[in-house]
Amino acid sequence: MTVFDIAFYILAVITLGSGAVVALSRNIVHSAFSLLGTFLGVAGLYVLLSADFMAAAQLLVYVGGVMVLILFAVMLTNRIGEVELTNTSKGILPGLLLCGAMAVILAYTVATTSWETVAEPAYRSTAALLGEAFLRQYLLPFEVLSVLLLAVLIGAVVVATKELKSEEEPG
Amino acid sequence: MNLTVGLQHFLVVAALLFGLGVLCLLTRRHVVGILMGIELILNAANVNLVAFSHYGGNMGGQVFAIFVIALAAAEAAVALAILLAIFQTLKSSDVEEMATLKQ
Repeated sequence: MTVFDIAFYILAVITLGSGAVVALSRNIVHSAFSLLGTFLGVAGLYVLLSADFMAAAQLLVYVGGVMVLILFAVMLTNRIGEVELTNTSKGILPGLLLCGAMAVILAYTVATTSWETVAEPAYRSTAALLGEAFLRQYLLPFEVLSVLLLAVLIGAVVVATKELKSEEEPG
Repeated sequence: MNLTVGLQHFLVVAALLFGLGVLCLLTRRHVVGILMGIELILNAANVNLVAFSHYGGNMGGQVFAIFVIALAAAEAAVALAILLAIFQTLKSSDVEEMATLKQ
């Protein structure tokens, strides 16, 4: 058991434990904050996989962006005066059975397949390699992604803005 | 399965996280709860992609994962904007009450 293995198991427990709280908690605010734990655990797993740029992007975008968005949405969509922020789930037992069966089958299949892997996985900085990939091989998807982000920016503002109704002049 | 961490361990973690995400997606009544399930699913897929990129020696997995991160953030922004617009009319964020297209 090297330090790598111990770190992996700790991060896996953090990630899956937080994911379980997200899926099973009755309080939506508890779920939202546990989602933060999941994102941090996944960022740690990226560091173990030598994906340093991915870990930084995960922290910036997910923890710093999506997490804040979700917390805003949870806090803004509660009726004023409602002290208990509940989120009852419907049919949790059939859901657990179904998703548990699916996850077990998936995990078993994945664990018993002999994947073709590189003998010595390289531990290196990936930012330069990603930059080259984005500007050479994947240039078109990169540009399309920037157009999409512009569309999302405009679209989200348009959808969420309250329309100011102008006063009708009587008769 | 031995205890020394290899590719399979990362894939099993991703599979279990995927199962938790689907559970969250299927059983929640709050719209933001469903969106959190979607985020769990996308993160599980990302872990899968980055694990294969590392143990397969190919950078394509990480490029794909960056696109997934960007698209997930964009989709979360639009979905939450739609939720805010619906909440202004309906005053509720329960998906059971957003069934006005049903006959």
